[in-house]
Amino acid sequence: MGSRAANAMLSRAQRIKSKLQSALEASLLEIDDVSHRHAGHAAVRASGSAGETHFNVKVVSAKFDGKTLVNRHRMVYDALTDELQSGLHALSIVAKTPQEIAKK
Amino acid sequence: MIYMKGVPEFPQCGFSSLAVRVLKHYNVPLSARNILEDPELKAAVKSYSHWPTFPQIFIQGEFIGGSDIIMNMHQSGELKEKLKDIAANRDKTA
Repeated sequence: MGSRAANAMLSRAQRIKSKLQSALEASLLEIDDVSHRHAGHAAVRASGSAGETHFNVKVVSAKFDGKTLVNRHRMVYDALTDELQSGLHALSIVAKTPQEIAKK
Repeated sequence: MIYMKGVPEFPQCGFSSLAVRVLKHYNVPLSARNILEDPELKAAVKSYSHWPTFPQIFIQGEFIGGSDIIMNMHQSGELKEKLKDIAANRDKTA
């Protein structure tokens, strides 16, 4: 774990938050670590990482305007490429524009 | 077509399981590949669709998305429309 000390200073949830904030200029950002619900997951056990593998993410960003759902999800995944390569396993994503939220 | 973790009868991931359950609801023919058993296939699908996680759902060759998107389309009625067209076309050619 020593070589990962610099990263370990921030939790993955915090890193996800700051990466999405800067990439998407989110007006609302909610990150919920739901890794405990997937604790028995075969791939999670194999990765050897303790927790911080599964997150629910809600992002509201004007940058989603005019984008399909697929492309909005891709924008989120693109911002988190490093995390996905270092043990982040899955995200459940809610991606809305400020207008869509206001309608509710 | 669904690229998933495990097989439809025994999914090895909650998201794959959810996606299979949604798709089965529509009674359409479903092909599945287990990407846990084939790392090369897994890498190829990821780069083809530009999508990093599984499951991944394709309808008639078109990339639809992962489990969140399938669930969303299921709830909005969009998935029903999409699969209805397929069923109608198949009946015509049969």
